[in-house]
Amino acid sequence: MAKSVTFSVFRYDPEQGRKPHYTDYQVDIERPGMMVLDGLNQIRWRQDGTLAYRRSCREGVCGSDGINVNGVNMLSCITHIEDLKDPIVVQPLPSMPVIKDLVVDLTDFYEKFYLVKPYLITKGPPPSDRERLQTPEQRKLLDGLYECILCACCTTSCPSYWADPEYLGPSALLNAWRFIVDSRDDGADERLEIINNRNGAWRCHTILNCVEACPKLLNPTEAIGQIKKTIVQRKF
Amino acid sequence: MANIDVTIHKHDVLIVGAGGAGLRAALEASRQVNTAVISQVYPTRSHTVSAQGGIAASLGNVEPDNWLWHMFDTVKGSDYLGDQDAIEFLCRTAPEVVIELEHMGLPFSRIEGGTIFQRRFGGHTKDYGKEAVCRACAAADRTGHTLLHTLFEQCIKNGVAFYNEFFALEILKNEDHVVGVLAWDIVHGGFHIFHSKATMFATGGYTRVYRTTSNAHINTGDGLSLTLRAGLCVEDLEFVQFHPTGIYGAGNLITEGVRGEGGYLLNKNGDRFMKTYAPTVWDLASRDVVSRAMAEEMRHGRGCGEKGDFMLLKLDHLGADLIHERLPGIWDLAHVFAHVDCTKEPIPVTPTAHYSMGGIPTNRFAEVVIGSMDQPEQPVKGFYAAGESACASVHGANRLGCNSLLDIVVFGREGGRKMAAFAASLGEYVPLPDQAGAMGTAEVKNLLATTGKERMDSIWEVLRDTMEKNCGVFRTEETLTAQKQIVEQLCRRFKTVAIDDKSMTYNLDLLETLELGHMLDFSRAIVDGALARQESRGGHYRDDYPKRDDVTWHKHSLAYQEPDGSIRLDYKPVRMKPLTVPTFPPKERVY
Repeated sequence: MAKSVTFSVFRYDPEQGRKPHYTDYQVDIERPGMMVLDGLNQIRWRQDGTLAYRRSCREGVCGSDGINVNGVNMLSCITHIEDLKDPIVVQPLPSMPVIKDLVVDLTDFYEKFYLVKPYLITKGPPPSDRERLQTPEQRKLLDGLYECILCACCTTSCPSYWADPEYLGPSALLNAWRFIVDSRDDGADERLEIINNRNGAWRCHTILNCVEACPKLLNPTEAIGQIKKTIVQRKF
Repeated sequence: MANIDVTIHKHDVLIVGAGGAGLRAALEASRQVNTAVISQVYPTRSHTVSAQGGIAASLGNVEPDNWLWHMFDTVKGSDYLGDQDAIEFLCRTAPEVVIELEHMGLPFSRIEGGTIFQRRFGGHTKDYGKEAVCRACAAADRTGHTLLHTLFEQCIKNGVAFYNEFFALEILKNEDHVVGVLAWDIVHGGFHIFHSKATMFATGGYTRVYRTTSNAHINTGDGLSLTLRAGLCVEDLEFVQFHPTGIYGAGNLITEGVRGEGGYLLNKNGDRFMKTYAPTVWDLASRDVVSRAMAEEMRHGRGCGEKGDFMLLKLDHLGADLIHERLPGIWDLAHVFAHVDCTKEPIPVTPTAHYSMGGIPTNRFAEVVIGSMDQPEQPVKGFYAAGESACASVHGANRLGCNSLLDIVVFGREGGRKMAAFAASLGEYVPLPDQAGAMGTAEVKNLLATTGKERMDSIWEVLRDTMEKNCGVFRTEETLTAQKQIVEQLCRRFKTVAIDDKSMTYNLDLLETLELGHMLDFSRAIVDGALARQESRGGHYRDDYPKRDDVTWHKHSLAYQEPDGSIRLDYKPVRMKPLTVPTFPPKERVY
């Protein structure tokens, strides 16, 4: 194993007059299994405290630390340094406004998530003293969907999202499908209404970047395909 | 230092923290009054997301269960330090709040017949300790993730106001009334005063002061030191839970649900050592018991590996199908952090700092209270706390698995209701004090103006290493006395700490340094509380006082901060009277 690797990190501070640029840092490999996040922490704690990035759970479930490493979106906390080609080029998620360094403004991403009504919609009241029943088979339909951590790796890797500012993007659509297929939900009609247009499901051109980018190994393209099929079946 | 703008906001109810407790409170309060949540991170990044195994409730879906058995287990698990009125409330309310979560859309796993899946969990038994019971309601091993997302979805639906990426700097008090919080806008910089009628701290736990921890970067216990700095007290900080199964070398959690599903621990000889420490339930004993048993095995040279410093968690015999269906997140974590395929080989594990039993003292209504051995508890007007940052105390000296998700939902909801009623009853806002936020603004401005060589990480590194060594699973007078001096010395070094980043925009250097200041402040309360408490109880184990001493120490510790930063200890009695059932008197604790 190499003793150190080079992190070539995108830097931008709006308060400095300087244009965005890359700064190279040497990261010491202190132990096997170091993650990209460990490298970023080492840079900030020992070399340059001005570097900004988001992180929290450091185990791939909170979704705060989506970044672009060597051209691919991923979570810094579950990406092993030893699996990457040196130098390691670290950039913010593509296509989003940069706040500072690796921190991007995710407002548009979140607003599109809210647009698809990502919550259970029911017409009747639930049973008064027990849970709604759902068979294990019905529940299984949510697997591969409910695990989304809203890290934005998929949506910001999507060329259709880059090109169309109105496109809902793979994450919002996957989350819409998560509720549409929930046997307890009665909101399919209103959600399909929202996503059955040129900026919704039909903007997906099955480029499949989202599938490659998802750190939870989910398949937004398949969910979007299911949405399209459902819309077509309902029309004809 | 240039002037930095101060913006003032007004909300009837203000909640600091957007984990499960904060969101559940927000959902409740926002139905009645104007409610806002400020959070250091976007809500779904809160640490509730990492909870794995389940939420405890005596639904009895798999086998007969009873809330009274749950109450007994929780009291026993707490090593009889839990307050029994709050514990009765917790366990009685559990089925109702879990059903409510299902109605909100939480995607629980299911059993045949369509009801919520329940699994066994450490310390949860039927018929007052006879054998393990299926009480943990679970969504695979992602229960916290689904709980947090479901509550956040409901908050979106109900239009709760969020101020995301705001960092609380100071509790604002007018006389004895909490009237809001001063906060820092992380993204843009700048001070914000949130003026409120009722304020809740749901700011999470504090185990980031330990080197080996299952906790997120954000779990730096800021709420506790803000409470101390406001002249209020914190309770039982010496009780820290070390979870038995953290991934060796990384600390990330492997849920107790693995053992609930039939996994077990092995020492280097391949022995199931838990049978000697907990003859009835073996690997499903309470967490303090299992962690100590592991540490004991390692002390006697029965640990695994070259250094003998880990144990093995075997689960491959459960079969790949069950693991992929019920423990998929564990498979991922073991694969990523331990390079192990747990369907084929065991996972190397060690105890990892996991949960803060101590916190801001509250009664069972989530109202922050102050009391002492002779003064009954009195609420602090306008101030509430829930979740891991609070101490109700339902966990006493040791928390049972799956009782934390339950705690946040039960007391989040209750606190939300109480705050809404209190805010509605108050009429006008109590005015802000003169010079509101002077302390917090000065703290930030001073750091932004610092120069010098002392850096945050070199202090924090010593703190987390020594807290683990001297104030960890095993403690003695000697180690704690040493630790007290080390922390004092680190506090002195911290006075000259400087930061590199002087910008307003997303200044992580500033935040982490503020957080270290918090960790140093409350570490003194952990260490002092542990040094004073000459007994062993739950998560607090003194090698030099290995027995529980109910005569002298059956009481809660309270810590106050003196002007020089040192800690003054006080105590208050345990609330032993439940609401409707007889007291569970202290007994010897055997599993």
